[in-house]
Amino acid sequence: MNKRAKFKIIENVKIAKDVFKMILEGDTKDIKNAGQFINIELESLYLRRPISICNYDDKTVTIIYKVVGKGTEIMAELKAGAELDVLTGLGNGFNLNCQGDKPLLIGGGVGTPPMYRLCKDLLASGKKPTVILGFGSKEDLFFEDEFKKLGVDVYVSTVDGSVGTKGFVTDVMKDLKDYTYFYACGPMVMLKAICGATDVDGQVSLEERMGCGFGACMGCTIKTKDGYRRVCKEGPVFGKESLIWE
Amino acid sequence: MGVNKDLSTELSGVKLDNPVIPASGTFGFGYEFTDFYDINILGSISFKGTTKDARYGNPLPRIADCKSGLINAIGLQNPGVDKVISEELPKLRKCFKKPLIANISGFAIDEYVHCCELMDKEEQVEIIEVNISCPNVHNGGMTFGTNPGAAAEVTRAVKAVTTKPVYVKLTPNVTNIVEIAKAVEAAGADGIVLINTLLGMRINLKNKKPVIANKMGGFSGPAIFPVALRMVYQVYEAVKIPIIGVGGIESAEDVIEMMLAGASAVEVGAANLKNPYACKEIIEDLPRAMEKYGIDNLKDIIGAAH
Repeated sequence: MNKRAKFKIIENVKIAKDVFKMILEGDTKDIKNAGQFINIELESLYLRRPISICNYDDKTVTIIYKVVGKGTEIMAELKAGAELDVLTGLGNGFNLNCQGDKPLLIGGGVGTPPMYRLCKDLLASGKKPTVILGFGSKEDLFFEDEFKKLGVDVYVSTVDGSVGTKGFVTDVMKDLKDYTYFYACGPMVMLKAICGATDVDGQVSLEERMGCGFGACMGCTIKTKDGYRRVCKEGPVFGKESLIWE
Repeated sequence: MGVNKDLSTELSGVKLDNPVIPASGTFGFGYEFTDFYDINILGSISFKGTTKDARYGNPLPRIADCKSGLINAIGLQNPGVDKVISEELPKLRKCFKKPLIANISGFAIDEYVHCCELMDKEEQVEIIEVNISCPNVHNGGMTFGTNPGAAAEVTRAVKAVTTKPVYVKLTPNVTNIVEIAKAVEAAGADGIVLINTLLGMRINLKNKKPVIANKMGGFSGPAIFPVALRMVYQVYEAVKIPIIGVGGIESAEDVIEMMLAGASAVEVGAANLKNPYACKEIIEDLPRAMEKYGIDNLKDIIGAAH
């Protein structure tokens, strides 16, 4: 069940270069699992802006977004106390049933946020996740400490080498041998590289430009090995085996 | 307030409880919206445009946001008429008990005919909406809708294979909408749907390329309401067949304005994508708006602005 509700901004703070964390208070009961997203109406824009869920509880939802265009520019200016019209519980999130008990969680840039709730849920289900976070540079880095506080091993890669391993998340993956499954979210090039760099099965969360966000307009349909799939409705999480890389 | 208001209307003998119909392409096959509300509140549904063969549609991105609207270039993605009938309509039938409008498209006249023949056998489909106005496909769609002769030819061919009312959906991307409307009326159309999207585009300032992969797409949303209203008004004066008004409608007031211009019913498109509750909210708000403007029966105001 999807639902539209009013949410109040509790906090909207910058946590890295062009990256903001927003905590919203409202009815979250339609959010069912990690990997789902919310769709936010913004004043002066026609279409809503879909943003992945970083974390949620009974009455708040946390999102992390990067300022990349008009929508996120408007969001960055919003102040605590402001009210937003939000559709919640959109998309199918991650499936926690994974092979083995050592899943690898890989987040690239603003693909990192959904990994946070996923990591918590996997830990709660008795799995032992390891986390890789990939960023461009030190100034882009966020949430390393938050993941560490969950008690998991966290590896960081940066393209310029200013923090962690110099290079990409796949350069860290090379040295990790005993993971049994993977979950990933980030840029398409990263997801493609990850799927090519490992033999284990996994799930990836995709991003696409959407119209409605709930399956009506067919604006975000991709071709998969199982047929045409809407990123907003059947996704955004897809099994590695169903994806077609072009 | 608002009690005893008559919202009902009629399209070529098909009775609708109210004039609000989600427009094809913005409402899937209806069942997606049961996550939000009981869709039986709707007057009817014009379901996703159906073609003879399955279509993926255009490459991504297919959507661009605009001031007061959006551009789409979906390209008639649909599973093909056979699967629409065997898989989608049974699902829709379970959650919607009212008359349906089947929106059909094609790249050649025989494809329109094929879809129409099959939809004619569907009991719940009470109106065939012939889309000769899709701006997002080549060698089909809008090509038929920009030429009075071709528009008439499609209309005649479809009329020949169905006893159901045929409504022809026209494109606003023409110099003289009245000429096209008259041509389809003369060819036997039972009604006209006005308007499809306006051809538009956006360019990404960062990479300096068109936002939409197909470069151009159909612009819809509240920005096009005055254009749609004007065309409904002009066509109402020129034809005797009923008109479904569509284009940027997002409030009960918009419905009333469109009916005053000459629409017997309306379709709501882009608003569904911004607010999935749009149609429900419009229908529930109509009695209030009717009361405000001294209207007891919506049928009484059709074309009253003339």
